[in-house]
Amino acid sequence: MSSFQSIQKAAREQWQALQESADPVLYLGMGSCGLASGAGEVWDQINKTIASKKLNVRILKVGCIGPCYLEPLLDIQMPGNPRYCFNNVDGKKAEKLLLDYIKNGESKIRPIGYLGNGKFPVNGLKSFWDQPMLKNQVRIVLRNCGIIDPENIYHYIARDGFKGLMRAFELGPEGVIKEVETSGLRGRGGAGFPTYLKWQLCRKSKGEKKYLICNADEGDPGAFMNRSLMEGDPFSLLEGMIIAAYAIGATDGYIYIRAEYPLAIERLKIAIQQLHNHKLLGKDIIGSGFSFDIRLKEGAGAFVCGEETALIASIEGERGMPRSRPPFPATSGVNGSPTNINNVETLATVPNILREGGTWFAGYGTKTSKGTKTFALVGKVRRTGLIEVPMGTTLRQIIYDIGGGSLKEFKAVQTGGPSGGCLSSDFLDLPVDYESLTKAGSIMGSGGLIVMDKDICMVDVAQYFLRFTSQESCGKCTPCRIGTKKMVEILEKITAGEATMEDIHLLEKVAETVHKGSLCGLGQTAPNPVLTTLKYFKEEYIKHVEEKRCPAAVCRSLVEYRVIKEKCTGCQRCVDVCPTHAITGPKSEPHNLDKSLCIKCRACYEICRFDAIAGDAIVIE
Amino acid sequence: MENLQLILKEYIAGDRSNLIPILQHVQSDQGYISPEAITTISNHLHVSKSQIFGVASFYSQFKFNPPGRHSIKICLGTACHVQGGDFLLAALQSEIGIRPGETTEDGRFDLERVACLGCCALAPVVMIDKVIHSRVSVIKLRELLTSYE
Repeated sequence: MSSFQSIQKAAREQWQALQESADPVLYLGMGSCGLASGAGEVWDQINKTIASKKLNVRILKVGCIGPCYLEPLLDIQMPGNPRYCFNNVDGKKAEKLLLDYIKNGESKIRPIGYLGNGKFPVNGLKSFWDQPMLKNQVRIVLRNCGIIDPENIYHYIARDGFKGLMRAFELGPEGVIKEVETSGLRGRGGAGFPTYLKWQLCRKSKGEKKYLICNADEGDPGAFMNRSLMEGDPFSLLEGMIIAAYAIGATDGYIYIRAEYPLAIERLKIAIQQLHNHKLLGKDIIGSGFSFDIRLKEGAGAFVCGEETALIASIEGERGMPRSRPPFPATSGVNGSPTNINNVETLATVPNILREGGTWFAGYGTKTSKGTKTFALVGKVRRTGLIEVPMGTTLRQIIYDIGGGSLKEFKAVQTGGPSGGCLSSDFLDLPVDYESLTKAGSIMGSGGLIVMDKDICMVDVAQYFLRFTSQESCGKCTPCRIGTKKMVEILEKITAGEATMEDIHLLEKVAETVHKGSLCGLGQTAPNPVLTTLKYFKEEYIKHVEEKRCPAAVCRSLVEYRVIKEKCTGCQRCVDVCPTHAITGPKSEPHNLDKSLCIKCRACYEICRFDAIAGDAIVIE
Repeated sequence: MENLQLILKEYIAGDRSNLIPILQHVQSDQGYISPEAITTISNHLHVSKSQIFGVASFYSQFKFNPPGRHSIKICLGTACHVQGGDFLLAALQSEIGIRPGETTEDGRFDLERVACLGCCALAPVVMIDKVIHSRVSVIKLRELLTSYE
């Protein structure tokens, strides 16, 4: 038996024992989103109950399974049963569930689904994967997220982990590149460059030392696909990196990861250590003769470092500024050596391609965009979370079938982050692939999908993105440095109600110049949010300019807060919450709002809408 | 200062590629990058002080003022923006009387805006010290603050 087979055997035995455990096993979703929803409190409560009642119960941390709106998610696996999934659990609910199941083997709290096999005593319970948010998904890269313990390499190996790497070693480097070519995999970071070609270029470059970098700087605001993947299944990324390094002949690997993701960093560190312990990383990996090691580099917060040459400068300890290409990193990257850079999702997809074959992967998707893609489905949509769908799925399927539709009347969907654009309802039947999105004026980007309803002002959204890109512009080239700033100034004029139609023409002209004249992708794509909103939502701009009015009542200079005297119950809730004491009035009498003091922060509006004794009396118009 | 020397011992003198990890290490130990820290790092790496400040000021992670006892980070990612992150910031600024990058006079809080914490599905989010709070409203934020002294 080879050394890998013996690890595999031990891993399968451990996984099997967990499924057939004679004691109850709990699985708690403890990704960042689970923790933000209160999973930490649930964890503490369960452990307290286990200790105080001396229960024989095991509890495991798992990653995020995707539907963040159901977090915290707790699975209970009783002996012989599958995992029953419970949503929106807090400490109290968790304790009740645990005690109910221990005592009676069931609970009045109904699970929303089950995971795995076994007996099904809960009547009519469907699989968790039949949830409306999940049933139209195809999970390839996310297949382990929420299922395995991300801090236990045996779980990963038991679920066919490192089989892809073993096959890669059989195929040889050229064979690996061929397999990836067959799969049609393109870069998941946004640009969609064919992965095999990138590898081939780097493989053919001459250099004593070659580097492989994983770009985990996920800088797009509104996107968290990579975070979730690294927190839920760090091993698939590491396996993908080893395969990529083997294909191009790299000996040194870096994961450039943003410091804002402390949990992902922690899990990757643990995973790297476990790989070392099993000789799956380092010198002579599992007797193959191939040596490769991975180091983490924490990014320090600069959006431009998503650009390849800026990222390399940052790794070298410089300001993260891009340089003109050629030479491309494939010929001259880190310390002048050939360097290959891939995105997290691209690399984590690779083990699946090697394991199941390129033809299998190419069976999903469209003619030019193969396989599946993960998206962060967020904003004004009913079911928020992380999803994975075949390329070519339409925006309508994603937003309505999976996401359950927008909260209020649908207005737009933003794709591709600050480099992307806003698409109107006319584009709902657009298939999501690289070419279709680019043709519509947006981009695929890394996978953020932000749904916007009628409460969102498109001019404000354009202003938001341009403020972001102008702050993140590194300042090296003039069109980007000055151009984005000028665009922000014009947008600020529009949202303040001080602009003329002439300003809109000027905005278009500056956008064109920034697009054509900038050195790197940041500047070249920065105008996209402006250009697409001008194209598809021009009437909103015109209303801001000609009527000095913000139809969505978002732009602060153009709205006022008012108390409707007839509705006000005089409950004084708004008086308590107003940070500037702009609202006054005795109890039980209609309150008065002093507009000169009002900072339009919405505190009064929120409390008046949601508090039981308030009368929904505050309007913004 | 003793700490600073101990930290620098872990990094090879003159190896510039370690500059960012050193700055991160120093900040996690001291809370910010002081002028003295820049001088000491400059001597260790044989890189001028202006170059070190140039690198440090390029990245949004590095602070040059002593932080408060508690750090508030308001997420202004796209999802948080459309769910009202801006309103949170406006209310908070007027509540504690400081702007992003500043620390309250009593040293209780410092305030920062961050581009994205990656919890977009639960927007708007606010991070206080190491804990991320989800679906924060102006009212909820005010209640949260009372539990930090």
